[in-house]
Amino acid sequence: MDALLHQVLAGLATGGIYASLALALVMIYQATHLVNFAQGEMAMFTTYIAWSLIQAGVPYWPAFFLTIGFAFVLGVALEYFVIRPVERAPVLAVVVVFIALLLILNSVTGWIYTYTIKTFPSPFPAQPVFGAYLSSHEAGAIGITLVVLALLYCFFRFTPLGLAMRAAAQNPESSRLVGIRVGWMLALGWGLAAAVGSVAGMMVAPIVYLDPNMMGGVLLYAFAAALVGGIDNPWGAVIGGFVVGVLENVLGAFVIGNELKLSVALVIIIGVLLVRPSGFFGRVHVTRV
Amino acid sequence: MKKTWILWAILIIVACALPFMVSNYRTFQFTLVLVYAIALLGLNILTGYNGQISLGHGAFYALGAYCAAMLMDQAGAPYWLTVPAAGAACLVAGFLFGLPALRLEGLYLALATFALGVAMPQLLKFHAVEKWTGGVQGITVLKPSPPAFLAEAGIKLNPDQWLYFFTLAITAVMFILGWNLVRGRVGRALVAVRDQHIAAEAMGINNALYKSLAFGVSAMFTGVAGALGAIAVQFVAPDSFNIFLSIVFLVGIVVGGLASIPGALYGALFIQFVPNIADEISKAAPWAIFGVFMIAFVYLMPTGVAGAMRLLTTRRKAP
Amino acid sequence: MKTTVIVGAIAAALALPAAAQKKYDPGASDSEIKIGNTNPYSGPASAYGQIGKAIAAYFKMVNDQGGINGRKVNFVSYDDGYSPPKTVEMARKLVEQDQVLFLFQTLGTPSNTAIHKYMNNMKVPQLNVATGASKWNDPKNFKWTMGWQPNYHTEGMIYAKHILQTKPNAKIGILYQNDDYGKDYLKGMEDGLGDKARSMIVSKVSYEVSDPTVDSQIVQLQASGADVFFNITTPKFAAQAIRKAYDIGWKPVQYLNNVSISVGSVLTPAGLDKSVGLITAAYLKEPTDARWASDKGLEPFREFMKKYMPDANIADNFNIYGYTVGGTLAAALKQCGDDLTRENVMRQSANLKSLRLDTLLPGILITTTPSDYAPLEAVQLQRFNGKQWELFGDVMQSH
Repeated sequence: MDALLHQVLAGLATGGIYASLALALVMIYQATHLVNFAQGEMAMFTTYIAWSLIQAGVPYWPAFFLTIGFAFVLGVALEYFVIRPVERAPVLAVVVVFIALLLILNSVTGWIYTYTIKTFPSPFPAQPVFGAYLSSHEAGAIGITLVVLALLYCFFRFTPLGLAMRAAAQNPESSRLVGIRVGWMLALGWGLAAAVGSVAGMMVAPIVYLDPNMMGGVLLYAFAAALVGGIDNPWGAVIGGFVVGVLENVLGAFVIGNELKLSVALVIIIGVLLVRPSGFFGRVHVTRV
Repeated sequence: MKKTWILWAILIIVACALPFMVSNYRTFQFTLVLVYAIALLGLNILTGYNGQISLGHGAFYALGAYCAAMLMDQAGAPYWLTVPAAGAACLVAGFLFGLPALRLEGLYLALATFALGVAMPQLLKFHAVEKWTGGVQGITVLKPSPPAFLAEAGIKLNPDQWLYFFTLAITAVMFILGWNLVRGRVGRALVAVRDQHIAAEAMGINNALYKSLAFGVSAMFTGVAGALGAIAVQFVAPDSFNIFLSIVFLVGIVVGGLASIPGALYGALFIQFVPNIADEISKAAPWAIFGVFMIAFVYLMPTGVAGAMRLLTTRRKAP
Repeated sequence: MKTTVIVGAIAAALALPAAAQKKYDPGASDSEIKIGNTNPYSGPASAYGQIGKAIAAYFKMVNDQGGINGRKVNFVSYDDGYSPPKTVEMARKLVEQDQVLFLFQTLGTPSNTAIHKYMNNMKVPQLNVATGASKWNDPKNFKWTMGWQPNYHTEGMIYAKHILQTKPNAKIGILYQNDDYGKDYLKGMEDGLGDKARSMIVSKVSYEVSDPTVDSQIVQLQASGADVFFNITTPKFAAQAIRKAYDIGWKPVQYLNNVSISVGSVLTPAGLDKSVGLITAAYLKEPTDARWASDKGLEPFREFMKKYMPDANIADNFNIYGYTVGGTLAAALKQCGDDLTRENVMRQSANLKSLRLDTLLPGILITTTPSDYAPLEAVQLQRFNGKQWELFGDVMQSH
């Protein structure tokens, strides 16, 4: 029983990692109706920027907020210079551009910073919470993810800007007619998603160590989490992240062993999608002919 | 129309002459181009013509490759038999995968196929099937040598050249098969399902049947490619069929041109040669250069190389 | 006048045999020795690409110092992304198009397996492959293939023997990477324990390179009640494992595999205090280990890093690995003299008599014979005391 509890808590900790990146994925989906495969690498890259700042002597919290700002600018710049030129292209072509971004960011980071792992500091104190089961950083990271979630939810639900962004993504033509600057909305969406991603990266790095391939595996599970929870629902994404994390750990430890953990976890996800094709909390889309 | 026939004829003549003009190593590279072309054609049938996004076609390629390797290694089957066998196995596998996938649309289907692509290496490494799949060590297969009847006829080919012609013949068969499929009734049905599936259903097209068939046929093509790839490389190992392979296939059909038969060939040339070029340009960050190439291709030719070719030829026709 | 002609004729006559003694295969000439290599410079295994970079820098240094027997080394390395089909393609390019003399330090077990038969059929040396698998020491069947580092299987056996000696009633938990590297070590330990393997190993858990963390696996191992932990992980996961084990209060006797022994890039991120008591088998000196801080033998290496790899991290094991294996090849090539045929390169590589390189631990020598294709077979156990690795016991030979 003790072991089960331990695995569940460890699963919540890793689930928190997936949830935070899934949030960024949902963010960009809500703004652009596209899944950005480069989200993980953007998060990783901005975390390296934070690391450089801290190495240069900047204290943690100023570096944290500076990095969020930098990530926002990076996101906007990427949308304006890299994504906008292919706006009119078929969806898959845009996906290819995302993949290219992933490759470029990963490769360039490896080149600049080498592949040796680096420690990334945590703002939380070192004592563990819940006995030895959950470190205070892991608990703190979950907390921060929930705070970001709440902020995002309020932003999209209750602010006019958030509404404008959702409108721009859902129906660009009508939005333009109503006076919404669709181009700006898209850029803003990218900026926000990059900022959320950078928070995810800075929370993840102390747990998994900072290296260029840090986010590869996380993106996989975050993608699954976002879709299982419903790609257009930030709450769903976070819950999905925790579910995926706990499922993965418990399955691997007690049910199927680590050798098939990946396959079984993903099969279960497909099973969920078969029962609820739009994810647990996603909105079912009604298409008219 | 006639012009296309002439162009294909020229292409075939060049393709046949190639192994005698270039070194063995280049022949080997071109054999791989043909293999990828078949795989991309398969993916294109599913994603380009039928609109079902697959991020896991590397899994079918792996299945085909392992079918071929296991048959040759454990059942002692001749190499040419493994190709149709792999195709048949993947047809069934693809169809079976397509059935539950019917309920999934767009992104969710992409995730399901992504899951398949990610899980495949783990499945191949699983210790319960290790004695057939060779586990992490993989399986080595012998290089086929040119058949006796050619030597008797006085034609001397070395193994690389023979393998190239063998692959070329199968590529031609698969391409003709694919071309027939997409320009006939089935092809039109597939495109109808892609563009307006509700209207298609209303018009009497059995969506479920066509979508699963598309999966099956597409998997069959890619499985055949996998088998040929295994024979060409003479080695299969689980981690060489990871998710990156599936992603590269997707990049290939987009760069080559979606919903286009020649697009498969352009895409294959891209995914075979551009990484090598990127490596020559920068050893420190080869992927970055590859990514830049990808972006450049998509910017300059958003509908793929095939799309750009089409634009060029139609412009000339306009008065 | 006549004397000059006679002297000239005698000189010419004397010179001719010497000229006839130069023998070259493709890739070798009076001015250069062309060597081929494949490394993963892209993809998930790209961390290992550092080895290729280190070797390239090493040969640049050799060339700056005059080359080998007056010839410059042309080190041609291609990216194979750790994908065997790509390795086959690049190996064929190097042998058939670039016409290299031999392949050196091609990296990865599956990658080398893919080109194993090809290299032997083409009779081109596949020299000092960068993998610790045990199958490269097979001169009878594959006379053109040779490994270099002490193999993983043997290392696993050495740890097993140590456990049997020091803790015969141990309950062993093993964490391994689910690929050939991990499974090779695992098999080594199982073979080393012999009949007692089944009763002693209480838990074997694996992880994939794509997993974000191994925290769940460590929790599983603790729950199994193991009091000895064999840690078969690559650097990033090793750091995670060491730290997590400490954090959850699990204090087994821990054996760490040689790939992840770097103080700078594994133990420091994990936490030096959390790494106390780790046991490993080593053959190379560790540049960030305080014990070698003022070692004269490492000075040339430190100079090399400063001058030829200023942006690299000296704590990264791969740099000293590349430097040392480069030194091994340089010695073998020097022995070749002017006979640079593939046959002779293989012969001299299989004829290294107690070669001593300063970056190796004291007492460890490189030896090969025509029936023993394993250059490095000796390791020594060392234990981490919180500040540095302390060697203990004797240098162990693996056969």
